[in-house]
Amino acid sequence: MRIQINGARLIDPASKMDQQADIFIDDGKIVAIGDTPRDFVADQMIDGNGLIAAPGLVDISASLREPGYGRKGSIASETRAAAAGGVTSLCCTPHTKPILDTPAVVDLILDKARDEGSCKVFPLGAFSQGLAGEQLAELFTLRKAGCVAFSNGLAPFKSNRVLRRALEYAATFELTVIFHPQDPDLAEGGIAHEGSVATFRGLAGIPETAETVALSRDLLLVEQSGVRAHFSQITTARGARLIVKAQARGLPVTADVAMYQLILTEEALMDFSSFYHVLPPLRSLADREGLRDAVRSGVISAIASHHQPHEADAKLDPFAATEPGISSIELLLPLAMSLVEEGVFDLPTALQRLTTGPADALELKAGRLSVGAAADIVLFDPKGQTVVGESWFSKGRNCPFMGHVLPGAVRYTLLNGRVTHKNV
Amino acid sequence: MTPLLPKCPLQLNDEGRLRHFLSLDGLPRAMLTEILDTADSFLEVGARAVKKVPLMRGMTVCNVFFENSTRTRTTFELAAKRLSADVITLNVSTSSTSKGETLTDTLRTLEAMAADMFVVRHAESGAAHFIAEHVSPNVAIINGGDGRHSHPTQGMLDMLAIRRHKGDFTQLKVAIVGDILHSRVARSNMLALKTLGCPDIRVIAPKTLLPVGLEQYGVNVYTDVNKGLKDVDVIIMLRLQRERMQGGLLPSEGEFYRLYGLSEQRLALAHPEAIVLHPGPINRGVEIDSLVADSPRSVILNQVTYGIAVRMAVLSMTMSGQNEQRQLDAEKQESL
Repeated sequence: MRIQINGARLIDPASKMDQQADIFIDDGKIVAIGDTPRDFVADQMIDGNGLIAAPGLVDISASLREPGYGRKGSIASETRAAAAGGVTSLCCTPHTKPILDTPAVVDLILDKARDEGSCKVFPLGAFSQGLAGEQLAELFTLRKAGCVAFSNGLAPFKSNRVLRRALEYAATFELTVIFHPQDPDLAEGGIAHEGSVATFRGLAGIPETAETVALSRDLLLVEQSGVRAHFSQITTARGARLIVKAQARGLPVTADVAMYQLILTEEALMDFSSFYHVLPPLRSLADREGLRDAVRSGVISAIASHHQPHEADAKLDPFAATEPGISSIELLLPLAMSLVEEGVFDLPTALQRLTTGPADALELKAGRLSVGAAADIVLFDPKGQTVVGESWFSKGRNCPFMGHVLPGAVRYTLLNGRVTHKNV
Repeated sequence: MTPLLPKCPLQLNDEGRLRHFLSLDGLPRAMLTEILDTADSFLEVGARAVKKVPLMRGMTVCNVFFENSTRTRTTFELAAKRLSADVITLNVSTSSTSKGETLTDTLRTLEAMAADMFVVRHAESGAAHFIAEHVSPNVAIINGGDGRHSHPTQGMLDMLAIRRHKGDFTQLKVAIVGDILHSRVARSNMLALKTLGCPDIRVIAPKTLLPVGLEQYGVNVYTDVNKGLKDVDVIIMLRLQRERMQGGLLPSEGEFYRLYGLSEQRLALAHPEAIVLHPGPINRGVEIDSLVADSPRSVILNQVTYGIAVRMAVLSMTMSGQNEQRQLDAEKQESL
């Protein structure tokens, strides 16, 4: 199958390319950019006039809910939603049932993704067995099975001693460890950022120090063990500054932020809407500004969806009794465009943080538009609009942006040269 | 980014009158004054030999208590009965939830029994808002206390006590002493006092019991009770829960009493005619000395009487606002 994309503006953050050029695809790979290769006769032409072509987005944290949570989502439904958001590669979290701590679960996910998926799926393995934080998962075996990094999510390790050893073990085999820094003790019982909105609405607070205390400890242990570490879901300005300092002293650490943390703040909780119940919580305006700064400067090199789809019942209770999480992977590109429109960062920066930024953080072969690379491409109309909810592919409708009009519209998503999403 | 539909104030009907009573947040001074005026008129009813008015005859009020309560539940029950409503009271804290029934299902079941009003107490902040918005918008919802968030009828009965004993709010200094962090009463009182124009609202507690961001209420924060009580006209003491001794909030009840408890000596720092309020149940010797609690300066028992009148006012006003909304909705339906 040969495809030619005509007349689009190409933006490839990896090569800093930003120009109008045609893309030629053969057998799932990009075979040429610019001039037509000899003997190339396209089977399919895609009109890219007025559109931007960029590498398919790379989302390094999304819950697919399979196996185990079929009411919330499936590999088929959530990767389809991802394709609608311009995503071609994603990392799925280990919070499945059974937990992603054995090669069998990895195989199941990879098989399903291949057969029913609309995205490349890179599993994140459980760092400890059952995410219990007591005993190491078989990290090397899981790596061989296909896990690209290891995470314990928000679940804590039982002791600093065990965590220290786990990091040393991971370092031995040059495995990447993902931290979600939140001290469980300081966060105990909390459901919202400890700030004026939580006070006003009587919601138990999670202090900023829940993140910074855990992050400080983690950084010291990373330094000691020499492990390659990625910090996920940073929510505070002070947390971002700790990452700056660590990078400045040469630690090999990267960080990401949830897209919604760059948009929403604690203010959203004023109406008690459970759609804004996320963990770690939405923070203050000053924190959001700090996170935006860190994304602009590249200290935070990745923006992830932290997609967590839920069935309707999971959100139908008083705020504290609901399950945390936002379903928004299918809005990844339009939400990024809303930040570009707001002037938070320019489009090439936004695309970098959604492609090579995350790909490099976890050393994924993804996020590049270059000859020889897989034809994983998103084509979007920067002047178009996305009316959220007009179409919806995720099983989780727990999205606070429902009914909003966002700038930008994904027109095509191509995965290995195959159209996984089309909206023209 | 713009939402397509703007949100309307949840507890008001299209005419701007109460249809639910969830929180004092966003209610104008005129409305709070109307509640107090109405409550004043109901106080007379309570003093009569026959203590009933027919304002809610034929209406069914369900008291749904997901959390234990004695005085709030009983005074709501009495208030509804004095308005001639049919009343049922359910203590859900032990029954349905342990059988795995969700809050939503419990309330929808009650709604199916044609209840016109729910009085709800729940341990989670925002529970009453949730029910009014997502479960039973056509049933009038009265918040009987939700988590740490709000206890609006308690707030209003405290205001009634202050107005009846002290008069004009704009001339008063009012102190709220104790566990502000966990107190829905403190939050409701701060909002009510601010709305009613009280110029000097003081909250007094150690830092562990003061939530962040109190400045948004327009209050003055004190950690030294002796400074905070100086010349105040009203002292509202809060109940200190025993479990606060855990988790490092306080070392002991004894130390709390020595530092913040309302003794006769401390009361002497306040205005000579200052009154003492407490939402009850009181912990004698923990937050308040028995001598103070039983003194003529204490209006703690009057508060209970005022509580019935205020709840009658809130129930009747909300019921008429909800009925008005039902009528408006029916008219809208017809014109379509």
